[in-house]
Amino acid sequence: MKIEIDVNNTVHEMVIEPNTLLVTVLRENLHLTGAHVGCDTSQCGACTVHLDGRAVKSCAVLAVQVADAKVVTIEGIGEVDNLHPMQIAFREHHALQCGFCTPGMIMQAIDLVTHEDNLDRDKIRQGLEGNLCRCTGYHNIVSAIESAADKT
Amino acid sequence: MYSFDYHKPTVLDQALDLFKGADDPIFLAGGMTLIPTMKQRLAAPTDVIDLSGLDVLKGIALSEAGLSIGALTTHNEVATHPLIKLHLPVLAQLAATIGDNQVRNRGTIGGSIANSDPAADYPAALIGLGGSVVTQSRSIAGDDFFLDLFETALHPCELITRIEFPLPDRAAYAKFRNQASGYAVVGALVADFQGKIRVGITGAGPCACRAIGIENELMKNLSVDVLDHVEVPDAGFNSDIHASAEYRAHLVKVLTKRALTQLLSQKNAS
Repeated sequence: MKIEIDVNNTVHEMVIEPNTLLVTVLRENLHLTGAHVGCDTSQCGACTVHLDGRAVKSCAVLAVQVADAKVVTIEGIGEVDNLHPMQIAFREHHALQCGFCTPGMIMQAIDLVTHEDNLDRDKIRQGLEGNLCRCTGYHNIVSAIESAADKT
Repeated sequence: MYSFDYHKPTVLDQALDLFKGADDPIFLAGGMTLIPTMKQRLAAPTDVIDLSGLDVLKGIALSEAGLSIGALTTHNEVATHPLIKLHLPVLAQLAATIGDNQVRNRGTIGGSIANSDPAADYPAALIGLGGSVVTQSRSIAGDDFFLDLFETALHPCELITRIEFPLPDRAAYAKFRNQASGYAVVGALVADFQGKIRVGITGAGPCACRAIGIENELMKNLSVDVLDHVEVPDAGFNSDIHASAEYRAHLVKVLTKRALTQLLSQKNAS
């Protein structure tokens, strides 16, 4: 099936099978390997990307479903020398250890600070229930999001 | 995932024609259950008919009869929509407890109700609020909609277009949330319509149901203490790694009490 897919403000035309997942297209067709396949069962959130501005798990979305939508991945939010404020906050607060969950955490954190009012540490923890981190114990991740929320 | 043909119709009749013409078709709404199920090869449809292009399944409207919510409305839209927060806050609060944020951004009210998962939250609301399910051909009372585990009154080619809820004077929902999935081990929604009490229970049995014995007691005496003397038999309740049938029967009582306590603390709108 031929589709056009808008990823990080670039439209890509490709031919794919309808049973191809969005995360597969991102990683294997477009070589955007920031979205990770962690559990592949929509539990862990490592594959989180934005679809029309909202966080979704790209392992639970078919690529053909997003033909009319705008997809933004971790690669689309900042540059190495011009990081997104959430990326800066994660670096400043050392909000990662192995880094596997980090792209998904950051994409979900941006959704959270954009759409949730009056964030506090409890609300941030609840907001991360769809993202698993097995290293940090979440403490520094919560601190990073708290500080980024204050700046936005 | 097995291969299939993908269709994205733009009008309702086209969706129904595609369904009728296919060998083993399935409708796709948010896909938060269907896609993981297909990935596990527990479902292998020949044709997937994506409903997201059907505007008739979208939108939220208020009328004298209550709120009418399009089947494709996502859980996060229900949780945050001003009309729902103002007129049916219990439904907004319930929607905010479903799954996680990413799931709430994709999953839909129509998809959840059509699936009749025994641990889903919306069925408790459909039953507890006495809502109805509108399809392309008829309106089905919530009380008659859920038949069994993953089984509803929908015919194979029948599509939910909207869910309609009458507005109670006051209502509250309490759930015992599975820590990992967010699903309700048991959930109870209690609603007061000018003294007529309805109680919808999800998670306990094979599908959501009314707790008529509890309703009758509460209509005699609307107090939390009354529930101490109500027997909740566990016959037919689910028993799995999350909870035994006996524990679920206990939770029905505890969560109905919690919901009722919340309800009684609200100002009566009537």
